[in-house]
Amino acid sequence: MVVRDIIGFCILIALVLVMPHAVGNDYYIGVLIFAAFNCLACIGLSLLMGYAGQISLGHGAFIAIGAYASGLLTTKLGWSPWTAMAAGAFAAMGIAFIVGIPTLRLKGHYLAMATLGFASIIHIVAVAATNLTGGPAGVLNIPRLSLFGYRLDSDIRFYYFAWAAVVIGLYLAFNLIHSRVGRGLRAIHGSEDAAGAAGINTAAYKVQVFVVSAAYASVSGSLYAYYVNYIDPGPFDVMHSVLLVTMVAVGGLHHIWGAVVGALLLSLLPEMLSFTAGYLQVIGIQYRPDYDILVYGGILLVIMLFLPEGLFAGMIAGGKSVWNLVKRVIRGKQVVRE
Amino acid sequence: MSGNNSILQLDGLRKVFGGVVALDGLCLSVGEDTITSVIGPNGAGKTTVFNLVTGYLAPSSGAMIYKNTRLQGAKPHKIALLGIGRTFQNVRIFPDMTVLENVMVGRHARSRAGVTVSALLPAFLRPEEKRIQAEARSWLGFVGLADAMDMPAGSLPLGKQRMVEVARALAIEPDLLLLDEPASGLNSRETIAMGDLIQRIRENQITVVLVEHDMELVMEVSDRVAVMNFGRLVAEGTPREVQEDPEVITAYLGE
Repeated sequence: MVVRDIIGFCILIALVLVMPHAVGNDYYIGVLIFAAFNCLACIGLSLLMGYAGQISLGHGAFIAIGAYASGLLTTKLGWSPWTAMAAGAFAAMGIAFIVGIPTLRLKGHYLAMATLGFASIIHIVAVAATNLTGGPAGVLNIPRLSLFGYRLDSDIRFYYFAWAAVVIGLYLAFNLIHSRVGRGLRAIHGSEDAAGAAGINTAAYKVQVFVVSAAYASVSGSLYAYYVNYIDPGPFDVMHSVLLVTMVAVGGLHHIWGAVVGALLLSLLPEMLSFTAGYLQVIGIQYRPDYDILVYGGILLVIMLFLPEGLFAGMIAGGKSVWNLVKRVIRGKQVVRE
Repeated sequence: MSGNNSILQLDGLRKVFGGVVALDGLCLSVGEDTITSVIGPNGAGKTTVFNLVTGYLAPSSGAMIYKNTRLQGAKPHKIALLGIGRTFQNVRIFPDMTVLENVMVGRHARSRAGVTVSALLPAFLRPEEKRIQAEARSWLGFVGLADAMDMPAGSLPLGKQRMVEVARALAIEPDLLLLDEPASGLNSRETIAMGDLIQRIRENQITVVLVEHDMELVMEVSDRVAVMNFGRLVAEGTPREVQEDPEVITAYLGE
């Protein structure tokens, strides 16, 4: 882990600790919990997109697998939530392995196509297999999680737990990147031929990272199920998969922090918009929630146009130029003093 | 041959691309601990030989034997594990990674940490990671790039990028190193440095085969020179023998 990442961790943990006091409202705590779920899924997706150069348009399906495994195994078979979560993760990893093997052997974006199809299948199964998944009515009465005999029954408790999961997920991802495996993945991204000449089994590595990213998504889905205690097929459609890809792309593909920044921004943006809408009303502008999607699109467009490397890279560059400016001002003063 | 044992044997190697015959029954034997240059006009099939030997292309027919192992059908990473390193005609480094990281990638073949161990333990708790770094540093020292270690590899001039590529190929601890036009695009000083490096590589008991157009370099460093034309071997011998071979003169200058 580099110094920059340790600083990042400190900032993230500080933010996580401060936020509940800053917002002080259960509704916003809930929004931040959902942001944590997105963060977790996006960290895994960013490993796949940024480090192996592959796109999955089916990560919503892996979230669904985690959520449904947790929901069904706990309510119908009475499994413990933790075992069910692990089972969901293993199921997602197994499926990722099966989908990945044929598609990742090929060069090019076949994974995107295959996962897109796979995501539609999972969504249709969730809607139509009413005996198994409850269909559109969903799965009710999913139990809450307990941690060391401590029930996560309030929003604030779950908030800390969800963000702790994000921090752990980040820790694992960073270790992975700064390892032999991570270097192998970045090498594949740089030049697949050269990676092969260095002894890297490119196809196997791509499958492995896809499997890991599916596990992230599945755990995020399980946490979602334990938080809302009720799941239906609605949130797991293909658009959610696309949204996850957008989060990673907006945040920046080339760094895990980009996934965190992108997931946070796009999770909180709708809330920020309705928040500003209140102020607009005060100054006499009628803002309707229908405009949300318009503003949303505009913001994405601006980010992709002016910060093609992503928001995170933009923030780093911005920070650097401010720092240089500060340095120049300080140095300027010294010159005057001399 | 100057080496007693052959490390690589190509027997009737043939490669057809659509209707074009790139290699037409090539037979070549490379002696252990020698420097062999493969020369010939453009399109003679020199790079195709490298791509077949390292598994990037499959031969249409013929046999490739490296130290009693048949290479046909093996994937590039398997061939790297067997101990055949290579560089590419158009430098293929990892431009966004530092010079050191580029060479550390080369240690991949000789280290083992998998996904689980890597994810659970941070780098500073894994002795293997330190070893990989130390070994990569020593190879960078060997090619003379120790001072550029932390630079992004893509920011180096071409000559140094080629050195990074060679260091990465050396880091897999090859017994046979294939260099595809190592001097192309280099100025004369860089070319001399490359020739010197190739000789020092051989002193480390690594057999070197190079495809090269720079005749001065070829004649200076090679123990054996193989001349190809139209996918066949037209001459083979010491640099002196080859220079005087009438068939070679025909191949290069025409009738």
